[in-house]
Amino acid sequence: MASTLRSSPIPLILFLQLCFSFLSTTLAISSGSSDGYTINGRVKIESTGVKGFGLPGKTSNVKVILNGGQWVTFLRPDGYFSFHNVSAGTHLIEVAAIGYFFSPVRVDVSARNPGKIQAALTENRKGLTELVLEPLREEQYYEIREPFSIMSLVKSPMGLMMGFMVIVMFLMPKLVENMDPEEMRRAQEEMRNQGVPSLASLLPGAGRAN
Amino acid sequence: MARATRVFLLLLLVLLSSPSPSFSLYEDQVGLMDWHQQYIGKVKHAVFHTQKAGRKRVVVSTEENVIASLDLRRGDIFWRHVLGPNDAVDEIDIALGKYVITLSSEGSILRAWNLPDGQMVWESFLQGPKPSKSLLSVPANMKIDKDNVIFVFGKGCLHAVSSIDGEVLWKKDFADESLEVQQIIHPLGSDMIYAVGFVGLSQLDAYQINVRNGEVLKHRSAAFPGGFCGEVSLVSSDTLVALDATRSSLISISILDGEISLQQTHISNLVGDSFGMAVMLPSKLSGMLMIKINNYMVFVRVADEGKLEVAEKINDAAAVSDALALSEGQQAFGLVEHGGNKIHLTVKLVNDWNGDLLKENIGMDHQRGCVHKIFINNYIRTDRSYGFRALIVMEDHSLLLLQQGEIVWSREDGLASIIDVTASELPVEKEGVSVAKVEHNLFEWLKGHMLKLKGTLMLASPEDIIAIQGMRLKSSEKSKMTRDHNGFRKLLIVLTRAGKLFALHTGDGRVVWSVLLHSLRNSEACAYPTGLNVYQWQVPHHHAMDENPSVLVVGRCGLGSDAPGVLSFVDTYTGKELDSLFLTHSIERIIPLSFTDSREQRLHLIIDTDHHAHLYPRTPEAIGIFQHELPNIYWYLVEADNGIIRGHALKSNCILQEGDEYCFDTRDLWSIVFPSESEKILATVTRKLNEVVHTQAKVITDQDVMYKYVSKNLLFVATVAPKATGEIGSVTPEESWLVVYLIDTVTGRILYRMTHHGTQGPVHAVFSENWVVYHYFNLRAHRYEMSVVEIYDQSRADNKDVWKLVLGKHNLTSPVSSYSRPEVITKSQFYFFTHSVKAMAVTSTAKGITSKQLLIGTIGDQVLALDKRYLDPRRTINPSQSEREEGIIPLTDSLPIIPQSYVTHTLKVEGLRGIVTAPAKLESTTLVFAYGVDLFFTRIAPSRTYDLLTDDFSYALLLITIVALVAAIFVTWILSERKELQEKWR
Repeated sequence: MASTLRSSPIPLILFLQLCFSFLSTTLAISSGSSDGYTINGRVKIESTGVKGFGLPGKTSNVKVILNGGQWVTFLRPDGYFSFHNVSAGTHLIEVAAIGYFFSPVRVDVSARNPGKIQAALTENRKGLTELVLEPLREEQYYEIREPFSIMSLVKSPMGLMMGFMVIVMFLMPKLVENMDPEEMRRAQEEMRNQGVPSLASLLPGAGRAN
Repeated sequence: MARATRVFLLLLLVLLSSPSPSFSLYEDQVGLMDWHQQYIGKVKHAVFHTQKAGRKRVVVSTEENVIASLDLRRGDIFWRHVLGPNDAVDEIDIALGKYVITLSSEGSILRAWNLPDGQMVWESFLQGPKPSKSLLSVPANMKIDKDNVIFVFGKGCLHAVSSIDGEVLWKKDFADESLEVQQIIHPLGSDMIYAVGFVGLSQLDAYQINVRNGEVLKHRSAAFPGGFCGEVSLVSSDTLVALDATRSSLISISILDGEISLQQTHISNLVGDSFGMAVMLPSKLSGMLMIKINNYMVFVRVADEGKLEVAEKINDAAAVSDALALSEGQQAFGLVEHGGNKIHLTVKLVNDWNGDLLKENIGMDHQRGCVHKIFINNYIRTDRSYGFRALIVMEDHSLLLLQQGEIVWSREDGLASIIDVTASELPVEKEGVSVAKVEHNLFEWLKGHMLKLKGTLMLASPEDIIAIQGMRLKSSEKSKMTRDHNGFRKLLIVLTRAGKLFALHTGDGRVVWSVLLHSLRNSEACAYPTGLNVYQWQVPHHHAMDENPSVLVVGRCGLGSDAPGVLSFVDTYTGKELDSLFLTHSIERIIPLSFTDSREQRLHLIIDTDHHAHLYPRTPEAIGIFQHELPNIYWYLVEADNGIIRGHALKSNCILQEGDEYCFDTRDLWSIVFPSESEKILATVTRKLNEVVHTQAKVITDQDVMYKYVSKNLLFVATVAPKATGEIGSVTPEESWLVVYLIDTVTGRILYRMTHHGTQGPVHAVFSENWVVYHYFNLRAHRYEMSVVEIYDQSRADNKDVWKLVLGKHNLTSPVSSYSRPEVITKSQFYFFTHSVKAMAVTSTAKGITSKQLLIGTIGDQVLALDKRYLDPRRTINPSQSEREEGIIPLTDSLPIIPQSYVTHTLKVEGLRGIVTAPAKLESTTLVFAYGVDLFFTRIAPSRTYDLLTDDFSYALLLITIVALVAAIFVTWILSERKELQEKWR
């Protein structure tokens, strides 16, 4: 929960000179003028580059929001952002980036010992030693279409219907074969009494199979 | 192609409702049911960037706090940023030819954006002791050590900022001198600037400042005893013209080598018309200024030694651009005037009034109103003469590019500022028009289905996939102009802040018609008109089928709530304004009543600020219906400022306005006064008037029945501790609380009261059926929370048994009265929710059978669909087996955010302000319209489309199955015949 303090605004050029990828120093608060503090932080999106959509680490469409919309700011090319003129108290910072889920961050700006701050993710209560915000997870907005498989076709209503037909066609004769010859004869006699099965009498049977 | 198989099987519904996200979309389904439109709002400033070859663009800032880079050829958005709501853009410019510089928040935030891709390059926070006017000046050729300097005056200080990295080079505080800098003058080629401004109302100061270090080289001041009114315009690098306090004379101020000399000229001497107050119009024309007097616009030329002369006097309704520097020191400006249904665009040289460089007449749709702003830009034609293009902003906030006498492109940016939305039906399909026309021939139809089959079998080639997608998107059926069987096609009637009414087709989002409402235009009868709401006025369905439906647009003439009202009636099929009324009374509240007259016009009651009720439509028939129902009409008013809610009833005709039988006096019935030291009204929500509730009974486990307390007269009120009305972080948990109430608005009885300690607003709430869901901030946990309150009727609790209900042995037929004291029980539960919320709504379906979903507009401008079952007070950590069967989800401390249930999928509705839902005819489906700076429409099925085959349903597969089945039948038949024959031979 410790944080470093600097009284002057961040020398930005210094940051620009530093490498973009890993940069450990991030001070979170600097006491500015008499009327407020400055919260400085950084959003770090590691683009895995696996997914095609979303924004692969593009920082120009990311917004950082203080206290549910009181102030909105944007990221510099190196991912840094700052809020100026923030009063002492406990604030909430949210990051809005399509394709990523960020936890809101609670930031305590202390009035008694200026510059002392505490930051914690509100989703999992994890404390942050420095205000580097990283997405908790990537967000996949679309269902993944299952690749074509025989199973999916078989599972569909039509597939089931076909399957039933196949069973009837190939298993029924087998069942008939296994039947007792006497019973068979009886059944055949019954059938003969009813007459020859016609297509018309078969159709409702097929319908029942649906 | 989808066909409804209307089976209202509740069983099926229950089967389908599994806790998995019920809204989910495959990537290739984007655009099938949804559309998304991007806007920017009314343009305030525009800067062209056309010097270099390649992409020609114009950078604009708008009243919706948007900065955007637009393609000059087609009007498309290259990039766009929506700044925060408190971060209004003051000025924009381009520096170094590659950065867009914006000054916002009253001159305190300076940002640079990369011109090609819109990435923010740097941001500077400029501090100063006091608020003041803000000025941005980006001199073109000012170099200090290879750095271009930007001068900003804001918060009482003059800042010099490096344009490379935004570092403040120096700062000069003028707050002690209380100087309001009006102009920053940079004489060409010099190393100093002049800051000229007023001290108080009668003294003019000029500072000569060294650009390198901010050192004041010279300071001169001149007093003008008459006083200035504060309006000034710069006419050349050393001359200013100001208007005096009486607005009757102009003072030309020339600054030569830091010395100030004043010269006064009476306007009456110039114009010859001694009456009227002059207003100086902001302009940046060299050697010329504009004043507005008595509906005339006067161009005043400043000759040598500060002498003024009138160059031209033109009619008021015109717009003038800033001066544009052509080569060899020449400057041109554009002027747009109206004439009939055409606009006249002229481009003139500043120093030669009669030398028109360009004169064009362009036909203009009169629904766009008059021209508000014009920005011009030049290009060199092939014959080396100058060509001009003009960007104009119209009264309806639309943006048009004019070039060579034609409108090259136009953008309907009025749609970025929607005030209210209502859904309206399309005309019924006329007889004689065959529905089957869509499937023009069998071969095409089969080909289409073969393609689709290929798609489902994953055999399609990339070209095939494109063909399938194209086929789905342009399926002509969805954009037809007639009512469809499923009720997906409707018109969204949208009222914008410009006073323009648009009808958007739900199929593809196109504008069907648009009308600039005459009654909501700025006129002498109605100054500062503001639109308020749109209501369904006439929805013909039983009788009066031959009449077109119409909507009522309610507005106000003026800014205060006591300003007189305006009503306008618009036909929704044709977009014609049928009638408009300028009311004599004000509008405090509009109550659509549940009665309609013989022409299906809905009766509306308008309450004015004196608590008189006025009935519309003003027909004897309406009064007849109304008189009959008079004793049953109750209404309430929320006085949020005083912390009082009052209930009223109607008494009799107005005493004061005798003869006006449409006016009624009211009497107070009850009032609830919230203690002002501990509670302040933050939000009030009621149920939607047109909401349908399918059943009052709710079957719970063990065949028990609970009865929802479904009353139209319930009001949800949330109050907050007065200290906690500010932002998060301004109060401690100990001194902040929220109190929520459920109030019966007929009797004023409080049915439910609950205090949330350590919480604060903003509160967003929705009220539907017998439940309220509200969103607020918990200061102790420092997370957002959502609460649900459900209210049940206990007086019917004896009808516990489902069988009693089925057999009709119940007391449910006993009359329900709002006067009776209801025995109610409430249940509530709360959960954490991750995001801030901008808007909240609930789905609504035609019959109210389908389960509900909450639509939550998050801070990231996305819309999340959250099943109501997650907000069920009966959730427990370990639900019993029977409860699980009922569909109760085990309790978790926070609500899940499932990315697939974002209805906006990968899109953002920038600047989201509201979400509107409308039922489709199909019970399973709700139409959802989210609006802000962007518009987004989709349809969702909270319990999945149980009554509809999905779009990707393969008819071909069905056909093949049927054919296969028939073939199989024949085969088996033949086989059996043969076998029988063999049996016989045996």
